[in-house]
Amino acid sequence: MKLHEYQAKGVFADAGIPTPASQLAETADEAVAAADDIGYPVAIKAQVQVGGRGKAGGIELVENADEAREAAERIIGMDLKGLHVDSVLVEEAVDFVNELYIGVTMDRNEGRPVAMVSTKGGVDIEEVAAENPDAIAREHVDPAFGLHPYQARRAVYDAGVDRDVAGDVASVLTTLYSLWDDRDATETEINPLMVTADDEVIAADAVMNIDEDALFRHPDLAEMEDETAGDELEAKANEYGFDYVRLSGNVGIIGNGAGLVMTTLDLVDYYGGEPANFLDIGGGAKAERVANALDMVFSDENVDSVVFNIFGGITRGDEVAKGINAALEQFDEIPKPVVVRLAGTNAEEGMEILNTDLVEVQGTLEDAVQRAVARAEEVDQ
Amino acid sequence: MSILVDDETRVVVQGITGGEGKFHAEQMIEYGTNVVAGAVPGKGGQEVAGVPVYDTVAGAAREEDADAAVVFVPPAFAADALFEALDSPVDLVVAITEGIPQQDMASVYKRLGETDTALVGPNCPGVITPGEAKLGILPGNIFSEGDVGLVSRSGTLTYQVVDSLTQRGIGQTTAVGIGGDPIIGTDFVDALERFEADTDTEAVVMCGEIGGEDEEEAARYISQYMDTPVAGFIAGRTAPPGKRMGHAGAIVGSSGTGTAESKINALNDAGVPVGDTPEEVADHIEDFL
Repeated sequence: MKLHEYQAKGVFADAGIPTPASQLAETADEAVAAADDIGYPVAIKAQVQVGGRGKAGGIELVENADEAREAAERIIGMDLKGLHVDSVLVEEAVDFVNELYIGVTMDRNEGRPVAMVSTKGGVDIEEVAAENPDAIAREHVDPAFGLHPYQARRAVYDAGVDRDVAGDVASVLTTLYSLWDDRDATETEINPLMVTADDEVIAADAVMNIDEDALFRHPDLAEMEDETAGDELEAKANEYGFDYVRLSGNVGIIGNGAGLVMTTLDLVDYYGGEPANFLDIGGGAKAERVANALDMVFSDENVDSVVFNIFGGITRGDEVAKGINAALEQFDEIPKPVVVRLAGTNAEEGMEILNTDLVEVQGTLEDAVQRAVARAEEVDQ
Repeated sequence: MSILVDDETRVVVQGITGGEGKFHAEQMIEYGTNVVAGAVPGKGGQEVAGVPVYDTVAGAAREEDADAAVVFVPPAFAADALFEALDSPVDLVVAITEGIPQQDMASVYKRLGETDTALVGPNCPGVITPGEAKLGILPGNIFSEGDVGLVSRSGTLTYQVVDSLTQRGIGQTTAVGIGGDPIIGTDFVDALERFEADTDTEAVVMCGEIGGEDEEEAARYISQYMDTPVAGFIAGRTAPPGKRMGHAGAIVGSSGTGTAESKINALNDAGVPVGDTPEEVADHIEDFL
């Protein structure tokens, strides 16, 4: 789960990390009032959970109330990299001499956290990592002990941070690690951490992503989840409890198990179609869940046909078949053609139960996908 | 021969009194697995699925000579269950639980490195040596005894490939589901090392997916150390960057790290054919044998 910049800044500021004065605004009037209050110049920053906001026109520096109004009117409601902007953060513009990067993340290959510092702040750190890996100083952390103060200092000195601010930067890094650890974050990041002419450090941006599997331990953070932040259908999938990702194609996909569903998407592409979504109904799915999954995929207007692929381990083919029948019998006319392939536990019983007036049944994954691709092409024409 | 489990493996099921734990303990026993005990705090003295329940894993290990644990404990308590299994100690721990917090797993991983125990999972379907034992939730009926080893990050994808093999009359030595989480115990290289050392395994299928660099490391290992032929499959070619595709570990980085393409290229460079479809993987294995 990603926090918005203003939420992450709030968490960082509460932990003692210096942040610029800022206020959240949902209308142009609120934005102007906030800017007047803070004092010009201010930055007007789109609150959407995506990187590269500046380049995409989601951040603007303004000098007066007219400019603030104009910027806020333009940014609020805009579509930024596919996401709708509902609010802006109006923030004191910081006069800086240097931009640093500091962050903490899980190094999955090492199975332990890593704290990072770079003097190449203000740009996408993954690009820095790809092009100039030596520009990032890294300290791996033993989770039993946490980030030792000497490690924070070593990372800062190794990165070549100016000696006059090294102590302060190390201290912010230590706090950032504590937050990462205490709040079950997968990522905490300040990019840029600005250094001013009088050697103050200040967090001009804030990234905090929380491990969804640990949200049960952090009800305060769970409350911050913005369910409208992503796609409408993705929000609906959340309610149903499905793993769902929306794509741009026209062949809807339902299956069980992440690897097999990904494979089904890949096969749709391989046979010349375009996948519309990833939808994993999970293990042991019963009839109601199956019906909900069909409802999800039918409500995507891009979808022209659906492939339903189940390999039953704990999921039983007869249960799935009953669910498909029940879901489709509600319609006078089936909204989109559905191709079903059942294999594994009770697959034969399932195939017998399936109402072939409502769905097309195929025996193999490859055949089912090719039929669904063909049906989508027919509908498309 | 086989790897990790056989008909002598003595299994304790952690969480045997829960719905899933009980159901799968019964399924494992029905398959012929030597399940000797359950372990659930506060439930010692009961009998579930025909085996005695102990309050601690150590008790089950002491009284019933259990040497492997299968964990069906809910995510919030799973890390504690894993520490308990590692400290009991047993030789093998198979963690089925999905949704264990990442930082809990980092702590478990650290402890794991200090022991001689092998961990499979978490968020995995388990391990099966056909005809001998299954530790986990894999559907036993699709597997058959034979010469092919299988290691995979995904459960149902494993079933898909195994089914193709079995229908062609190609059986398996052992199938290992290593799990879909970012931090797992046994990884591809660990499993491949075991298959390479197993004299009965004539060929190996590895099913990878997007996210991390485990497949790339496996490719390096294969080209340097393996004589046994390997065929691969990589799921997630069409996955968009920055989106978690079901598994917590199945994610392409926003600047394009962990892609299917990178993994397929690495495997091809190591001489490993990668199927475009699961059937093609079975074709490659058929060619090897």
